Amino acid sequence: MIAIIKYNAGNIRSVQNALNRLGYDSIITDDKTKILNADKVIFPGVGEASSAMKYLKDKGLDDVIRSIEKPMLGICLGLQLMCDYSEEGDTECLGIFNTQVKKFPPKEKVPHIGWNSFAEVKGELFQHIQTESDMYYVHSYYAEKNEQTIAVCNYIKPFATAIQHNNFYATQFHPEKSADVGTQLLKNFLEL
Amino acid sequence: MLKKRIIPCLDIQDGRTVKGINFVGIRDAGDPIELAKQYVAHGADELVFLDITATVEKRKTLVELVTHIAEEINIPFTVGGGINSIEDVSAIIKAGADKVSVNSSAVKNPELITEIANEFGSQCVVVAIDTKFLDGEWIVFVHGGRTATPLKTLDWVQQVEALGAGEILLTSMNNDGTKAGFALDITEAVSKSVNIPVIASGGAGTKQHFKTLFETTQASAGLAASIFHYGEIPIPELKQYLKNENIAIRWT
Repeated sequence: MIAIIKYNAGNIRSVQNALNRLGYDSIITDDKTKILNADKVIFPGVGEASSAMKYLKDKGLDDVIRSIEKPMLGICLGLQLMCDYSEEGDTECLGIFNTQVKKFPPKEKVPHIGWNSFAEVKGELFQHIQTESDMYYVHSYYAEKNEQTIAVCNYIKPFATAIQHNNFYATQFHPEKSADVGTQLLKNFLEL
Repeated sequence: MLKKRIIPCLDIQDGRTVKGINFVGIRDAGDPIELAKQYVAHGADELVFLDITATVEKRKTLVELVTHIAEEINIPFTVGGGINSIEDVSAIIKAGADKVSVNSSAVKNPELITEIANEFGSQCVVVAIDTKFLDGEWIVFVHGGRTATPLKTLDWVQQVEALGAGEILLTSMNNDGTKAGFALDITEAVSKSVNIPVIASGGAGTKQHFKTLFETTQASAGLAASIFHYGEIPIPELKQYLKNENIAIRWT
């Protein structure tokens, strides 16, 4: 069973649809036991950092997420909330990844919307994925590159588009919306 | 590098595709899901579904349709047409759409843009603008292009950005249906005056029109309906052409 963490962010349905297409059963839940007993956990989200963090803290989900031992995949806002800090709403985040989330300077169109490529790929999450592939992005904030970064995207500046620390994985792009390439990445995660 | 997007638009009435030809392998060209899946397989970067259903009761069909589309396709899609309230938006987003587009309702009630942005984030608010060059000025039209407003297009785009729009879908009524090319001047003027992405629509008739759009303006995407529906320009052929012409596009 895959647990999709339920919180006040959008796009959760899309993740469950993608898992259904891959033949995986999932539940959307904020129940601590169900999350900790799941084989894999997905932490999705489109939304605003400070209100999302507040919701997680109010529900005690911040500690639950930090204590997950099974593989967890954060997506988009999920990735940003797993970092130390976000400029969005001046927010202390979960502190799983030792990096900071900043707002894109308005040198190009912001939000960064559309399909973009990635490079400097490390690890099993990107198996069977061609590096010239594109993934779908929609975000105005980015995580700064750190030593846990396992893929880099370049928009306005190079940023961390995938990060891994132990069992915690995250992507800034939306694999559930990135056509067959994104589906492959989800499959890689589910088969970890 | 961020790619230029190619976006087919599907008109929906009572849960069915209004236009559309028999693509190879499609049994029912009126089935929006089959058509959408075909576009995804052909390499469309996003889809827009425009509901032209007139009656309120039939709009329930739309929410059901959105649910099915979200189950079936793995690229982003926008739903527009007759969205008047935050409740309409909520039903469509919860059914699985990535974005909604608002047009006349945003002109009538600009606060709706902010309401949607606050509730669901700017990234899911596309403001669609129908514009026409009239007496030396680009003016905003509403009600499917039937009614002129006092709004100047270049003022309105800045307003919608300030109100929280995440993207602008700009249709030139002078070009729409002509197949003579996109309205490059207003597209570029709008792109320059806002810092959110602009999707150009209206006038695409050839592959070269997309090349010209992406070479001469900062448009992030090109949207078209009939040339894709009637198979005049298959998307794989368009993308191959753009790739050969060194336009940054997503290659599948």
